[in-house]
Amino acid sequence: MSNHSCIEIANEWGIVSARQAGRELSKEIGFGSVDQARITTAISELARNIYLYTEIGKIDLEEISDNHKNGKVRGIKVVASDKGPGIENLRDVMVDGFTTSGGLGAGLPGVKRLMDEFDIESIPGEGTTITTIKWLR
Amino acid sequence: MRSIVLQHMIDNKDHYIEQWRVSFDELLFSRSESTIKPQYIQDEMKEEFVSVIFDTLTMDGHSRRAVVKRFAERLIHDGWVVSEFIMSLQKLRRIVMKDLSNHYDREKFVDLSGELEDWLDEQITDLTTEFAKNHEEVKAIQTVALKELSAPLIPVFDKIVVMPLIGTIDTKRASQIMENLLDGIIEHRAQVVLIDITGVPLVDTMVAHHIIRASEAVRLVGAECLLVGIRPEIAQTIVNLGIDLGNFTTKSTLKKGVEAALQMTHRDIITNEEPVTGGGLN
Ligand SMILES: Nc1ncnc2c1ncn2[C@@H]1O[C@H](COP(=O)(O)OP(=O)(O)OP(=O)(O)O)[C@@H](O)[C@H]1O
Ligand SMILES: [Mg+2]
Repeated sequence: MSNHSCIEIANEWGIVSARQAGRELSKEIGFGSVDQARITTAISELARNIYLYTEIGKIDLEEISDNHKNGKVRGIKVVASDKGPGIENLRDVMVDGFTTSGGLGAGLPGVKRLMDEFDIESIPGEGTTITTIKWLR
Repeated sequence: MRSIVLQHMIDNKDHYIEQWRVSFDELLFSRSESTIKPQYIQDEMKEEFVSVIFDTLTMDGHSRRAVVKRFAERLIHDGWVVSEFIMSLQKLRRIVMKDLSNHYDREKFVDLSGELEDWLDEQITDLTTEFAKNHEEVKAIQTVALKELSAPLIPVFDKIVVMPLIGTIDTKRASQIMENLLDGIIEHRAQVVLIDITGVPLVDTMVAHHIIRASEAVRLVGAECLLVGIRPEIAQTIVNLGIDLGNFTTKSTLKKGVEAALQMTHRDIITNEEPVTGGGLN
């Protein structure tokens, strides 16, 4: 609960702020440079989706810990939430190459691979919440 | 016909200039950035402003505005704060008002102070308008400079150009990259372009997409794109994202990229066996 920050994504500057905050926090938790890059890239993808497909949303970043058989493990939790149009078919958007904006369609499936845990909840017309976690190993 | 107030100011010019100068020192140059300037420059500026205001009293609107314009240019160029000059004009108003109230009866004074306000408004409007206009021009020039900086293209060898990218790439910059790339290739008749991303902190799908599109466009104008400076952690995230750079020639460093580019243009770097002696043989 100690380390928590929330960044509003309303424009392209918000994406940069979220990335910076993510890099700071992951460095603080002790992630190495490759994982820092993975986490920051995942945040960038989620934040950009909010910027592209919704009016406004936010990225919540939090340091978490869990009891593991080898003792306590630390991690970072990234939650991207918006009250945008939502996603009709969750299975479609998780397929590499699926895009409605002429992008690469690599964002969401990419985030899933970049992080350890990935959960997406979306209600059409109400919004989308994506929760992802990376554990420090 | 000249207004009574202006005539009054012209007639008592020396008196007003003297009084105004005193108030200048109280107010102007006593605050903010202007204080950093050396005393003699402050004095110079003060005298110039005095003459801008008083010498133009006898001028027609056209010549007066030309003088104000030149003065505003100088303010911008030397980094003065325009509000300080406007505040000093308020001081002048107070000085003149006080005099007028001593010289004229109440009814006349009301008329004259109206005239004075009109004159002052005109001065302030012209000064701020010219200042703002100049400011806009400077901003426009800086925008162009920044544009060039954001995606510079450097010819390093005949037919080979390098575009080093440093910092975050947003949508605006991405389109700048494309534009400069294509313009530069044509201008330098380049066959190989090296895009160096050593200084790019993060490559996400958006940046990757722009790089891929740029390289396709480069190919369309008859050149090749080499991506260099991919740091190990960036390489990993690109793979995780599932982005296929298979169509790309990539090199880890700019140096290797330049070597490859020379090869692609059928050239080689040769080390001379005999050390070159003498330098310039004069
Ligand atoms: N927060 C969101 N709200 C509504 N729709 C979304 C949201 N995020 C993603 N989508 C939809 O899911 C699709 C796939 O997203 P994904 O990030 O995988 O690819 P993309 O954004 O189209 O392209 P890329 O991320 O590769 O540049 C998007 O095209 C969009 O239609
Ligand atoms: Mg996306």
